[in-house]
Amino acid sequence: MSDWRPSASLDALAARAATLQHLRAFFAARGVMEVETPLVSLGTVTDPAIDALILDGATLDDPPRFLQTSPEYAMKRLIAAGAGDIFQVARAFRQGEYGRRHNPEFTLLEWYRLGWDHATLIREVAELVGELLGRSGWQIWPYGSLFQHVLDVDPLSDEVDDAHLWALAESHLEHVPIGLDRDGLLDLLMTHCVEPTLSDAGVVFVTDFPVSQSALARLITVQGRRVAARFECYVDGVELANGYWEQSDASALRTRFASDNAVRRRRGLDERLPDQRLLAAQDSGLPDCAGVALGIDRLLALRLGVDNVSEVMSFDWLRA
Amino acid sequence: MPNFSTNEFKPGLKVMLDSEPCSILENEFVKPGKGQAFNRVKLRNLKSGRVWERTFKSGDSLEGADVMDVDLEYSYTDGEFWYFMDPSTYEQFSADRDAVGDTGKWLKEQERYEITLYNGSPLAVTPPNFIELEITETDPGLKGDTAQGGSKPATLSTGAVVRVPLFITEGESIRVDTRTGEYVSRASKN
Repeated sequence: MSDWRPSASLDALAARAATLQHLRAFFAARGVMEVETPLVSLGTVTDPAIDALILDGATLDDPPRFLQTSPEYAMKRLIAAGAGDIFQVARAFRQGEYGRRHNPEFTLLEWYRLGWDHATLIREVAELVGELLGRSGWQIWPYGSLFQHVLDVDPLSDEVDDAHLWALAESHLEHVPIGLDRDGLLDLLMTHCVEPTLSDAGVVFVTDFPVSQSALARLITVQGRRVAARFECYVDGVELANGYWEQSDASALRTRFASDNAVRRRRGLDERLPDQRLLAAQDSGLPDCAGVALGIDRLLALRLGVDNVSEVMSFDWLRA
Repeated sequence: MPNFSTNEFKPGLKVMLDSEPCSILENEFVKPGKGQAFNRVKLRNLKSGRVWERTFKSGDSLEGADVMDVDLEYSYTDGEFWYFMDPSTYEQFSADRDAVGDTGKWLKEQERYEITLYNGSPLAVTPPNFIELEITETDPGLKGDTAQGGSKPATLSTGAVVRVPLFITEGESIRVDTRTGEYVSRASKN
């Protein structure tokens, strides 16, 4: 039995340690405070695409608790409590996400900037990624323009219906999995057709997502169209970070959680009670802020030029 | 047969796709952080040998295929079918031309072959990597050419034609690599 040995080389672990030191210095120099929040919590996310790991209570009276899928909610509660600019390096857990670029337990760097919008935060992400990966230069592509550029279709346009997207997917893939809704089709096109074209594009920020993919971002109007103030950072085609100009309106958030649960019902998934403490914090007032979560394991894989995140983790899922 | 979900798709798993038995070669998990998870899967169609690439929604499932590999001894052919026997049970299996395919030229009586059975019938026949066969026809070697390491064609007892060194003569047995169809050495003496 040799699986007691690490999945990462000792050099990779040294690079990991150096990266953590570097990013802590980056935030210390900018006056952003490091925080720690619980990994295990009563509340979890409603997001239908994310499946949390659940811990059963010790007794029947004990409710189950969830391993966090990101530190977002607890950090927003700290911000609502007046913590100011904060960052955290945290473990996050997502059931079933295992592959070359996924491990069900992984490390996120998440940070929040008060009074910033997503465009300002993009510049800081570019700076940090530039320093850690030795890259200069980066591009911004609005989601619609990127699709237009690669596939000659702007999915944010009213004329592009689901049948159109289906036909587009079929023309590129031959076989399209059945039962995909509009966002499923967009995700299919994004991962199978668009992302591969970013593999030699360096650092790319995709912005202005469809409203249906706003997650916890606020909605803004860009050139007369409603879009989500959300961005994804890709490096060499690898999705590295996801950020929002945060939705601070508590009632808009309630509506979004309810529609997430409607999707969960439709797909036959368990519904999730919206996190009551997050909602209470937002009711009391979340300061205007932008936040982003960046995958440290993928960042290290890019830095070391390895193909599999297991090569930068001391013990990956199969050895944990 | 049981159904297998995308997270159980491991290389070597045999599943049914479009009513054809397939063997999974690769399974890549693809998921945007905030979106639908997919599995990009490469499968080999065990009937045609062709490689298919398919994307599934994570959590989709396929029916398992009743496919297993067994070691059988080749007996004989009647020209339409090739007959193999399980040496422990004496059970006989008949493989058609499609199943035998290119392996036909390496079939030697009493030799063992790996047979892929689908619903109990041979689907494919794989020869051992090395096999020893007798030369039934080859030109006599020409004197003087041995130093240059020249070669000549030789027909084997199974009908296969391979290139052999000039010093090899008719009636000798040689060892052949069935993957490349190349001469390896003279056969070991029994």
